Parts: sequence; structure tokens; C-alpha cells
Amino acid sequence: MPVRSFFAAVLFFAIAGNARADGLDAPAGALSCSGCHPASASVQTPAPRIVGRNADDIVTALLAFKSGKAPGTVMDRVAKGFTDDEIRAIASWYAARKDQAQ
Amino acid sequence: MSKDIRLDRRTFIGTAAAGLSVASLSRPALAQGSAGRVVVIGGGFGGASCARALKSFNPALSVVMVEASKTFTACPFSNLVIAGLRDLKQQEFGYDNLAKTGVEIAFTTATGVDAEAKRVTLADGTTLNYDRLVLSPGVDIRWDGLPGYNEAAAAIMPHAWKAGEQTLLLRRQLEAMDDGGVVVISSPANPFRCPPGPYERASLIAYYLKTKKPKSKLIILDAKDVFSKQRLFQNAWKALYGDMVEWVSLSNGGKVTSVDPAAMTLTTDFSTYKAAVANVIPPQKAGHIAELAGAADRSGWCPIDPVTFESKLRPGIHVVGDASVAGAMPKSAFSANAQAKVCAAAVVTMLANGKPPEPRLINTCYSVVAPDYGITVAGVYKPTNGLLADIDGAGGTSPLDAPADFRAQEARLADGWFNTITAEVFG
Repeated sequence: MPVRSFFAAVLFFAIAGNARADGLDAPAGALSCSGCHPASASVQTPAPRIVGRNADDIVTALLAFKSGKAPGTVMDRVAKGFTDDEIRAIASWYAARKDQAQ
Repeated sequence: MSKDIRLDRRTFIGTAAAGLSVASLSRPALAQGSAGRVVVIGGGFGGASCARALKSFNPALSVVMVEASKTFTACPFSNLVIAGLRDLKQQEFGYDNLAKTGVEIAFTTATGVDAEAKRVTLADGTTLNYDRLVLSPGVDIRWDGLPGYNEAAAAIMPHAWKAGEQTLLLRRQLEAMDDGGVVVISSPANPFRCPPGPYERASLIAYYLKTKKPKSKLIILDAKDVFSKQRLFQNAWKALYGDMVEWVSLSNGGKVTSVDPAAMTLTTDFSTYKAAVANVIPPQKAGHIAELAGAADRSGWCPIDPVTFESKLRPGIHVVGDASVAGAMPKSAFSANAQAKVCAAAVVTMLANGKPPEPRLINTCYSVVAPDYGITVAGVYKPTNGLLADIDGAGGTSPLDAPADFRAQEARLADGWFNTITAEVFG
């Protein structure tokens, strides 16, 4: 995993250079989340924004959904599709995207 | 993990800035200062999402999107328009903001694809060369798929399966119908766009009838014995609409074998139904350009690699959205958007001679059965044996025994989902 991440990062910057390339380094599954969780605060939805949110908070919420400890509408069913490592990777990636929060 | 990567990134940028060409990793086009050229055909949830993501993942890429219409009319939530609960204007989106991201948009029709020469021909005869092509053409109606049903018949028995004038036609017909009329919906065999769509539509038409024309009846003639969110829909029909909704399954003779628009009748193996309003949802196939490109197989749909969405029939061509054979993923707007982003990442990576990582994809389909009553089905998918398969233990439908506030919350989330995805794609 770290080896693959390293090459993914090298590839990402080989492609992006110093341009404003954004999102190619998303871990598996992360690109789907924005279908429901908006980047922009101006979007009206009960679904919380996850861009720029604390990674530990995202992990805690997802693990609680996954274990059934937290009641969910959809997220209980979605979280069960990811390993704990995958959940941590997705959470870290969204947490780091503070500049995407609008 | 992120700390190490940041360090590596800085190192790499430093090296590149010092004069070591980034092209050492990639193809000649990159060395010339261009990252390559991608053409996307189709400007719906799949195509517009893909074009935007391509440009975001690599701003140096040339991205041209080919779309015939300057206004996109979204199918999700169009059943609310039919029921008089929403304005069609709320379904319409333009492409100005997408164009601002640097995507070039050609408002015309693609009339041909030469996969060997990597060239798209447009309606006016001009051509576009590409390094990789993404097809997101949605569905076409199989006009030869149901005897008696053709384009002229659709003006009398609307399909309303592409949002727009057809949606408004069906709405007007319901508004003009006398109280006590029989509405008949014909639902096709799998696969087709939006598996829960016919049943959401039945629910919302029943809502309209119950509130405006309570002596009326709604019959669903189905070419299937099972359908998406079936128990949830059937429980809701009973609870909200009593005996108003009747579903006739395949094994009970529900498959419509021909229609007669002049007589307003739909015929099954066992009987003929006379309708005051007939909504014929006909059999479908991948949009025509997929066929012209050689990316559709004999089923009419496009088999794809589940990691890259590259056509299994035509290398260099990728297919996303309703037109693709995406295994367990349903033909939904959410799926198209999720697939488009994964496909865009794969295309950018492949253009730089990289190997796309194995993706995970999510789908969530909301259906509204009454204004304050929403239900969902969700899934998480991964490539398995050449197809996108459900990840065991994940996904499924809303609980069957949920209280009213859970249904109301899912209705609010449905609304939020529509706002979110349309903002991401067209905003």
C-alpha cells in the first residue's frame, strides 16, 4: 500500500506538475462521496459536508455506522462496504481538502 | 501515510523544476507540453461529470464534450413534475459553468466514430481527433421493441423516459383525464434506465389521483416478476393509496406484447387493457453513437472493463452511465456520476502510461413515493471477475419497518441529493 501510494503520488505530480490539478490522488471509493456530500456550503441538503472536516471525526462516524452503533439512513449500508483502512484513507483525503470547502 | 507522500511530492516537483522533464514518465504528447486530447460524447450526468473531472484531474488536458442540447433536462425527480409537484424548469441545467472549467463544448451531434483512426465525426462533417474517447450517450428507445409503439405512438402514449416535452405531455394527459379514469403504465424487462423509476412514477401518479381524482385507478403491467425496492413500494402503495394501485407481474400475464394508440389499448398474453392515460416505458438500448462506434454488443449495451470503463470491444473508447454494462450497478444518475469520475481518473492515468488502481464505487437511488415519504437502495461495488459486483454485506434497501420520520428524512435527503449532484455536475 505505501509503495503504491508513493507511485500514485509520483504519477499524480508527473501529470499535474504545478498546475491546479485536483482529485487524482483520491483513494478508492472517495470520488463517489460527493454525489451526496457537497463541497459547497450553498447547497441545500441534510447530508453533512465532509470536505475539510477533521479526519478522526469522519473515521469515528463511519466506523459507528459500519458497526451499527450509530443509526443511519443510507450511511450504515454504505460504510459496510469499506475496510477500516479504506475508511481511514477516505477520511484523511477529505480532511486534507480544506481548500475545496466553499 | 500523507506525510511521506507530501515529502515525496515536494522532492518530485523540485526535480521537475530543476529541468528533469516530466515527460520521462509519459508519452510524446506530454513532452510537447500537451497532456493529450479527450473527447466526451454526451452531456448528461455521466458525460458532464467526466468532462469536468478530466479537466480537474489534469488541467493541461484538452477536453471536448459533444452534446446536442444547450439545456440538460434531468430525469431524476421528473416523476414529481408528472404528478404536478415540481416545475420542469427545476430539472433544467445549462453548461456555462462547465465551460468555465476549461471544457470545450461542441453543441452538435456526433455522427460517427472511427476507433482505428481515433476520430469522431460531427453532424456538420468536421472531425475531432482524440487520444481517448469517452461515450456517455445514455439510452435510446428500441422503436422496434414493442409492436405498435413508435415515435408517432409516443405522442399519444408517452414514454416520458427522457425528461422534457414527454414529461409535460404525460402530466397534461393526467390533468385532462376525468375522475374515474384508468391509468396504465407498461414497465419493461431488465435492463433499462432507472430500475425503480416506473414504480416511483406509479406512486406519485397515485398521489396525484388520490388528491385530485380519487375514483381513478392505476394499473402497472410488468414484464418482470421482481423489481427494485419491491416490498417497500408495495407496502407504501397499500398504506398510502389503498387499492388504487394494481401491479400485474410477468407470471400473472403482465407483459405487454403490443399497443394500439388509436384504440388506447395495451395487450398482454391474456387480456387487453383500455387506458384513459397510457404511459408506455419501452425497451431500451445504449445511445446510438455507441452502436456506431462498435462499442455495443448484440444485447445493445456496452461491455466495459470494471477498473477503467474501457470498452471490451473497442480499445481507446470508454463507456460510462446507462449505456454501459456495469454489472451490479444500476443505470442511475448517481452511478453515472460515480463511474464518470473513476473513468476520468483512469483516462488521465492511462494517458500518462500509468496503471489505474482498483476502484470502489457507490450508488444510492432515492425514490419518492409521496412528498414526505422517501425510500432508498444503496450499494458498494468493486471489480470482480471482470464485472462490477456488490461488496457482500454492504448496501440494500431502507428498512421495511421504519417509522414515518425515517421516511420523511429520506424524502428530505432525496431533495438534498438532487441539489448536491446537480451542483457538482452543472454548478
